[in-house]
Amino acid sequence: MIELDDIDRQLVLALCKDATQSAGALGRELGLSQPATWRRIKRLKDAGVFGPRRVDLNLEALGFGVTVFLGVKLATKGRVSLEDFERAVRAIPEVQTVQHVLGLFDYRLRVVAQDLPDFERVLRRRIMTLPGVGNVEANVVLSEELLPGPL
Amino acid sequence: MVDDADRRLLRQLQAAPEDSVADLAERAGMTHSTFIRRLERLRKAGVVKAIREEVDWQALGYSVEVSLRVTLDKTEPRAFDEFIAAAREVPEVISIGTFLGRVDARLLVIARDLPDYQRIYREHILTLPHMTDIEALMQVATIKDAQSVPL
Repeated sequence: MIELDDIDRQLVLALCKDATQSAGALGRELGLSQPATWRRIKRLKDAGVFGPRRVDLNLEALGFGVTVFLGVKLATKGRVSLEDFERAVRAIPEVQTVQHVLGLFDYRLRVVAQDLPDFERVLRRRIMTLPGVGNVEANVVLSEELLPGPL
Repeated sequence: MVDDADRRLLRQLQAAPEDSVADLAERAGMTHSTFIRRLERLRKAGVVKAIREEVDWQALGYSVEVSLRVTLDKTEPRAFDEFIAAAREVPEVISIGTFLGRVDARLLVIARDLPDYQRIYREHILTLPHMTDIEALMQVATIKDAQSVPL
């Protein structure tokens, strides 16, 4: 596993705010040369420190006023129905993330919609018709905050 | 404010944020300089809030990820504010959400392993103010992680 020193941590934090900063600009802030900064960033990326890059959009400005987390419990369990459910849920464009979880539910879904009537349409036509779907609980997102975590 | 060409740009950008501007511009059907100019405008207008890296905590040795669904004491007017302020101070909490629904708040907590999780849970989570109920969902697998919207 990769060990991070203080400069690595500052680089990780800076790239988690804006991934499009050049190695030169980042280096100037941290008192490093451009090649040294580039080498450190390459080492972090090669070690898999970063997952897929994210684009944060202002969803309201694009007409998506509602984000909802759905807890989904399957009605019938078994390997086949899990795979059928996963394949079908993955294909729904309004479903951003699907996580298989252990606990009160089997899956956690993050769904975007234009407004509540649009969400109801997605829920009725796309979610409730998924193979094997049982109990569904919806919680509408009011706020979301990302934290830097234990760096 | 956001026209069809902007939507084409955003579709390509959110589908493959790591790709070069040259590739993205070609797929969006515009010149390199138009793409850069439009992206710059979208960033200034706040439609694109950030293009950022996200830490893959597994690569840094955090193999446990738990979603804690929290119900708060609504008879306490400052419950949300005080709960969120205290949760922000826990380093292993990587995101905080608030909801309208059966659940009031959600904390995403990472830990190195289960004993580490148990320590965090006992020492830092159970001591958070104004909680009346906690449910844990342990992430088993991520089936879809697009964070993109149907534009």
